[in-house]
Parts: sequence; C-alpha cells; structure tokens
Amino acid sequence: MRPAFSVIFLTTLCGAAQGLLLTLVAAEAASRAFGMAVPSAFYVSGSALAVALGALGLAASFFHLGHPERAWRAIAMWRTSWLSRECIALPVFLSLAAAYGVAHWAGIGATLEIGALAAAASVALFVCTAMIYACLRFLQEWASPYTLVNFVLLGCASGCTLATACAAWLAPALVGRLAVCACLLTLAGCATRLASLARNARLQPRSTVQSATGIRNEKVEQKSRGFTASAFNTREFFHGQSGATLRVVKIGFTIGAFAVPFVLTGVGALAPRSVAAAVALAAAFVIQYVGLLAERWFFFADAQHPQNLYYQRTS
Amino acid sequence: MTQMALVIDLNVCVGCHACVTSCKEWNTSGEAGSLTDIRPYDDDPSGTFFNRVQTYEAGVFPMTDTIHFPKSCLHCEDPPCVPVCPTGASYKRESDGIVLVDYDKCIGCKYCAWACPYGARELDEGRKEMTKCTLCADRIDNEALPERDRKPACVLACPTSARLFGDIHDPNSEVSRAIDERGGYQLMPEWDTKPSNHYLPRVKTEPSCGCGKGAGCGNTAVPDDATLAAQFERGQVNLAALAVHR
Repeated sequence: MRPAFSVIFLTTLCGAAQGLLLTLVAAEAASRAFGMAVPSAFYVSGSALAVALGALGLAASFFHLGHPERAWRAIAMWRTSWLSRECIALPVFLSLAAAYGVAHWAGIGATLEIGALAAAASVALFVCTAMIYACLRFLQEWASPYTLVNFVLLGCASGCTLATACAAWLAPALVGRLAVCACLLTLAGCATRLASLARNARLQPRSTVQSATGIRNEKVEQKSRGFTASAFNTREFFHGQSGATLRVVKIGFTIGAFAVPFVLTGVGALAPRSVAAAVALAAAFVIQYVGLLAERWFFFADAQHPQNLYYQRTS
Repeated sequence: MTQMALVIDLNVCVGCHACVTSCKEWNTSGEAGSLTDIRPYDDDPSGTFFNRVQTYEAGVFPMTDTIHFPKSCLHCEDPPCVPVCPTGASYKRESDGIVLVDYDKCIGCKYCAWACPYGARELDEGRKEMTKCTLCADRIDNEALPERDRKPACVLACPTSARLFGDIHDPNSEVSRAIDERGGYQLMPEWDTKPSNHYLPRVKTEPSCGCGKGAGCGNTAVPDDATLAAQFERGQVNLAALAVHR
C-alpha cells in the first residue's frame, strides 16, 4: 500500500492525544488514591495538549478526502463501518477531553468521573481506528490482533512520554512514576511491534496469480496489465520504494520510536527536578513521535494488497 | 432475488479491447460519467476505466497458452466494499444485485478501494469520487433504447461474444447454463466474497477432423463413397474428398 500521509498524521497525533489523556486520568486516580497533591495546571495543560493534538489529527484527516465538504456524511453508516464509528468517536473523545480540562480549570468537582468517560472514549477510539485496518481480511499484514494491540500500546507509549515531559514542567513529583510507566509502555510497544513484524515476515499470501485469474497452471505470468500509463490502481496500492529504503525505515523506527525515547525517558527520570531532565523528556517525546511517523509509514508500506497481482507488468 | 452478472468466456476472448473502449465511451457520457482523462495525448496519460483487458501466459515455452483476461467489477454477492463505506455511498442494489456508488454521497476516502481485493474501483482524478463498473445500470433498464440494446456496452461491443450477460440466480438463464455446462468459476474464491461475474475456462480445442492427415478433412470416419450420387443418397456430401478424388 502507498502510505497516506494524512492518515499517518491522523493516527499518530490522535494516538498520542488518547495516550496522554489516559495517562492524565490514571495519574489523577492514582494520586487521589495515594493522597498526593498534584497541581491542577498539570491536568489543564495536559488535556489542552491532548485536545490540540487530536484536533490536528482531525484536521490532517480532511486532507485524505476527495470531498472534505461532504465529510459530515461519514457518521451515517456506524452500524457497519469502522471508519464511520471512528468519525463519531473522535469528536466525542475531543469534547470529553476538553470537558476534563475545563472541569480542572474551573475547579468543578467530578473531574475523575468526566475523566473516566474521556478515557472510555479514548479506548473506543483506539478500537475504531485499529479495526479500520484489522477488519480488511485480505490485507493479511493488517488483519491481526497485533494491529489493535500496537495501535493501543504505541499511542499510550507516546502519550505517556508526553505526560512525563509535561510533569517535568508542572508536576515534578509525578515524573519518576510516569517515567517508569512510559518506559514500560515503550518496551511493551516495541515487543508487540517486533512480534508483528516477525509475523508479517512469515506470512504466506493466500491469493496467487492462479487464484486471481483461475488459470490452472503451475506457471502463470502476466504479460500485460492492459494499459501502459499509470492509473489509480498502480498509484494507490504500490509504494514504489526499494527494499533497502524499507529496511532503513524499519531500523529507523525501531531506534527512533523505542530505543532512544526509552533511554531519554530513563535518563530524565534520574534527575526529575532539573531543567536538563525536562529537556530530555521533551526530546524523548519529539523523537518518539517522529519514530512513530516512520512506524506508521512502514505499517502501510508493509501491507501487500492482493489487487497488485493484477498489475504486475505494463506490457 | 435477481443477480445480474457477466460471464466471460476466456476461450474466445481475443484481447481486442473493444469492451474497454466501448465501456469508456458509454460511461463517460452516461450516468456514471464523466470519466476523467488527464494528459490524454501526452506521454503519461491517466484516466478512469471500469474495464481492462489483461494478458497472461500459462505454461513453459514452447508449450504456452496466451489468455486474454477482461477484468471489471465482479458485483460480489457479499461485497466487502459496501459495509466499509462510512457514508452509505457504496451500495448493492436490491432489485438486481448490482454494486453501485451514489456519487453525490461519496467523500472520496478510498476505503472501499482498499477493501476490494480485485482492484475493481478507481477514484476519478478529476471528480475525486469513487467510480466503478455499473453493469451499465443506465442501459439495461433503459426504455429509450431498443430492447436488444438493453445490455452493458461491453457485451454489445464484443466481436466474439465472449461476454454473456444475465441473471445467475435464474437456473434457466443463458449465463447459468454456461456456468454449469462450461465449468464457470469465480476469482479469488479464498476470500469468500462470492463474485457474481464468472469466467469460463480456456479449453484446448482439438481439431475434430483429421486435417493434415490422409487425403482430406473428415474422410477417416466417412465411408468412402465413390460417387456423388451415393453420397447424396446418404445425405452427407463430402465435397473436400470429392475435390481430392478429381
């Protein structure tokens, strides 16, 4: 598949926003349980960041559409379409995240209750987003529980790293514990992503040129796809990158999304109250986010669409 | 339940692309149009087509078969492109099972194209709407056309009648009989999409007469009547053999 940059930004930005909000709500619940005082500025600016990232993701998604002015129609088929469900879940998540921040800012009670609702919306949005890909059964690289697990873990890891960076500025008491969580989530995300890479490398395509054409012969070869120019089918489903580029991106995102942020977050947690720590943690998030952009790019490029069997040769 | 479909006879398709051009010609000016053509006369043209004729080679040289393979939307009975559409623009028409797009509802998200394993859908570059074969929905019930023309443009254009059109749920229809008698099959059965369009396999045709052997065509099975009158009596005149005799 050709990586769609609008969708790459949508899923990574919203993933970070959802992970950030889940971390905020979890932090509030834990700090209340253990009787820790956390300044409300942490929750207010955290949820403002989550809303900003999510809104940027939503804005990016419009660039994917041929007719963005008709986008409102996309809520119609929520009974059957995961994309339609995502289009409903995203604004709900954004509103609840905003309400959570406003509740903290205005000092209204029931912040944890609103937070719980926002967290539920965040989880629902993760499921909708991941199922858009996982439900396409013949895209074998995507049709796997790994897709859901990775979307959740990678979103939570980047969100938690961002929450740790926020805490370094606004709630230093939380940095140690949040950094541990961020490192664990990054590690878990790394493990499941590598597992999904290993799974995809072993995949045997179920469709062959024989099943695609029904020609019964061991050797069937396309001699002409029927046209010499390019077409939607040759542009949308082929990424056109060399194997070497794919390998570089794969190694790059393993380092950028997992190894470097893991180390930087760990280093930042060692001296939680220093400016250097705050800078290291902010750098950890930025590097992890760029790494996740590469990861999502690879997620698309890795998927082999069976329609490509029909477009092997010009003539 | 009616399910209209094409049955494509790979045994007689000669790969002339007449179905491709007639499809484009009808549909660019019909209800599904217009179909964009960008840079049509330059070196990198790009345009929307609902139908393509591809060519495959089976076997190892010199024992190879060349198979021309027309491919368009298969109008699946369980179309994976329909439930994924977020707006309901993509739908399967109840009356005849044709998979169609309501262009005014399409937001151009391309998700239906991702969800089609056959690559049957093309996003029109100019209109930014998803387009696909409509089985000429604006022809087949069109009372402004004479009855014999109420068929998809590709079917009417095919010079070898390689394309049959009809209801595959009617066991007595021409298409159902062709599928039964000729071993019609579906593409990518592994995904359980139940394509309505079927393909009739290519079958090696052995010469029925002994051309090139002996004195002439068919004379091995025919009693060697010496005279034309005797052959006339039997009701089978072997003109070729007679020509050889003379």
